[in-house]
Amino acid sequence: MVDVCARHNITVVGNGPTILLVHGFGCDQNLWRLVVDRLQSDFRLILIDLVGSGSSDPRAWDANKYASLSGYAADILEIVDALDLRDVVFVGHSVSAMIGALATIEDPRRFAKLVLLTPSPCYIDDRDYRGGFSRADIDDLLESLEQNFLGWSRAMAPVIMGTPDRPALQDELADTFCRNDPEHARVFARATFLSDNRADLSRISLPTLVIECSSDAIAPREVGAYVHAHVDGSELITLDAIGHCPHVSAPAETAEAISAFARAT
Amino acid sequence: MSDPGIEDFWDSAPSGHVIAHPDGRIIRANATLARWLGYEPDALCEMAFSDLLTAGGRILYDTHFGPLLHLGRDLNGVTVDVLTADGTRLPMFLTANVKHNSAHRPERLQITVVDAANRRAYEVELLAARKQAEVEQGRVKVFAETLRRALLPPMLSPPDGLDAADYFFTASDDDVGGDFYDLFPLSRTTWGFFLGDVAGKGVDAAVVTALIRYTLRAAAVFDDDPVQVLDNLNTVINQEVRDVRNRFSTVVYGKLTKRDNGFDVEVASGGHPPPLLFHAGGSANYVDTVGGQAVGLTAEPHFVASRFHLHPGDTMMLYTDGLTEASTGIGTERYDDEGALLRFAKSHAPTTASAIVEEVHRLLGGLGSGVEDDTAVLALGVSRAKEA
Repeated sequence: MVDVCARHNITVVGNGPTILLVHGFGCDQNLWRLVVDRLQSDFRLILIDLVGSGSSDPRAWDANKYASLSGYAADILEIVDALDLRDVVFVGHSVSAMIGALATIEDPRRFAKLVLLTPSPCYIDDRDYRGGFSRADIDDLLESLEQNFLGWSRAMAPVIMGTPDRPALQDELADTFCRNDPEHARVFARATFLSDNRADLSRISLPTLVIECSSDAIAPREVGAYVHAHVDGSELITLDAIGHCPHVSAPAETAEAISAFARAT
Repeated sequence: MSDPGIEDFWDSAPSGHVIAHPDGRIIRANATLARWLGYEPDALCEMAFSDLLTAGGRILYDTHFGPLLHLGRDLNGVTVDVLTADGTRLPMFLTANVKHNSAHRPERLQITVVDAANRRAYEVELLAARKQAEVEQGRVKVFAETLRRALLPPMLSPPDGLDAADYFFTASDDDVGGDFYDLFPLSRTTWGFFLGDVAGKGVDAAVVTALIRYTLRAAAVFDDDPVQVLDNLNTVINQEVRDVRNRFSTVVYGKLTKRDNGFDVEVASGGHPPPLLFHAGGSANYVDTVGGQAVGLTAEPHFVASRFHLHPGDTMMLYTDGLTEASTGIGTERYDDEGALLRFAKSHAPTTASAIVEEVHRLLGGLGSGVEDDTAVLALGVSRAKEA
C-alpha cells in the first residue's frame, strides 16, 4: 500500500470534526499556519503537501499524472481512504479548491462539506467569461517561474526564507519551507492555470462555501460570483482583504468563516 | 526622516524603494522608482505593489512572495519585470523584508528594486545555453544508445538443447564502449559465438567494433578453425583500420557442434579473459586460453585454442573486464585481484545460463559505481532436460 503520510508529509493536529486543509499553487502546508493556530482547539486538522510541493516525497512525482488536476484529486481520495477519514470538511485554497471539487465529484462518500477558498474554475478569459488572464499572461508566468529558477533551485530557496533574527528557525526550515522543485512547479503551474473546470461546478453535490477576497488579482470578484452562481446552493463570503491568500493576510476572518460553516448543521 | 541627508538619500538612491502595508498597498515610493516607472512621485501611493508587475510576476507575487513576506520571511534577489506607466517592462531584482510591530504582527513591507537589465539579459542567455546543452545531451544519448544497440545482437537465438543468456551493462549513457558479442548459426549442427572488447571508447571504438563484428561473422563461415578465423580477423583489422589509434581488441571466438546430448566446443582466444566453465557436478574452472595476443596489435599474432565438451547441465560464461576490473572501493583494489571471480563461479556451480547471468547482474549491482567500464556477459548452457 502507498504510504500516503510520507508521500504527502501529512500533519494532524487538534481534536474535533475533521477538516482537510490543502494548499494551492505556491508554497505548501506552511501557509495554513495562522489558520491552524485558530482552528485546532475545535477541529482535527489534516495538513498535506501536494506531490511536487513542499516536503512531499520526490519519488512520488509523475510528470504525466500531475500534469492534470485529476492526478492531484486522485491523491486526495487516496488520503481520505488511507486515513479512514469520515465527514471531512475539505478546504482547498486556490487551485486546490478545484482539486477538491474534482475529488468530491468523483467520490463524495467520505466528505461532508466543501470550502472553496479564492477558487477559480478557469483563469483564462473565454468569450463572455472573465478569468482575469490571457494565454499570454500565463506564458509570462511560466517564463517568470523559469527566470526565478535560475537561482531558485539553489540560491533563492534559502534566502527567500531568510530569518536573520531567528537563525535556529532558519536551520529548521532550511530545506522545506515553501521549497518546490522547479520542474515540478512548472508542471503544477501549467495544470493550475491552463485547466478549465467550469463545467464541473454544477456537478458539485456537497454543501459548499465560497470564500473570496474583496480585491484579488488572481481570482477576481467576477470569478467568485461565477463559482457561487454555478455551484447549487452554495454560500458566498467576501472577506475585506487584499490578495489571493486570505488565510495568510486575514487569518482570523478566514478561520472564522471556515469554522462557522464547518459547525453549521 | 528628519535628517535632510537621509531624506535626500531616500529620493536620490540608486535603487527604487517602497514602503507598503502588509497587504501590499504602497504607502510611499521614492523618486528614483517613480522616475524609472514614469509616474509622478505621489501617483504610486495606494496602488498595490503587485499591480506594478507583469501578469506572470503578479501571480508569483500573490502566490509566493506576498504570503512569504506576510509570514515574516525575507525576499532576496527575486526576479520580476516591473511595468512603467506606458507598459514597458523593466527587468528588476526585488529584495524585501517585513517590519513587525510589538505584537509580532506585520506592520509594513520594505521593498527595494534594482535595475537588472544586464544581469537578466545574461541570465536569459545562460538559460538558453543550458536548454541547448540539455537538447544536445539528449541527442548524444539517443545517438550512443542507437549505436550501442546496433553493435549487440537484438536477441539470442540458440540451437535446440542450448540455453543462452546475455547481459550488457552500460557504464555511461552518453558514450559507446567497445564491448561486443554474438551467437549465430553456421550450419544445421554448428553455431558460432564470440565476445570481445575493443580498446578505448567512443566513436573510434564503435567503428572498430562494427568492423570486428561483421568480419567475424563472415570469417566464421569461411573457415572451420577458430584460430584461423581470428587470423583472418587480424589481417582485416590491420588492413582496414590504419588511422584509428586504439584499433586492437581482445576477443574470444568459438564454435559449438552438437554431439550426443551436449555440444563440442572449440574456442580461440586473442588476449581475452578466459571463459568460465560451470560443471553439472558442481565444480567450476577457467577454460585454458591464457597467453594469446589481442587482434590488431601485430601482423602475426599468437592465438590460443582450447577444446572441450559441454555436457547436459554444464554452462560456459564469457565476460569482459568491466567485471573483473570493477573497483571494490577498497583502495585501488579491483574485483578479481584475489581470484574473487573463480570463487564466485565455484559458489554458483552448477547453474544455468539465465541463472548465472542473473547472479552477475546482482554482483554488478553490488559493486555499484565501482563498475567503471561497460560490461558484457554471455552465458551458454546445455539444458538438463535433454539429458534423458
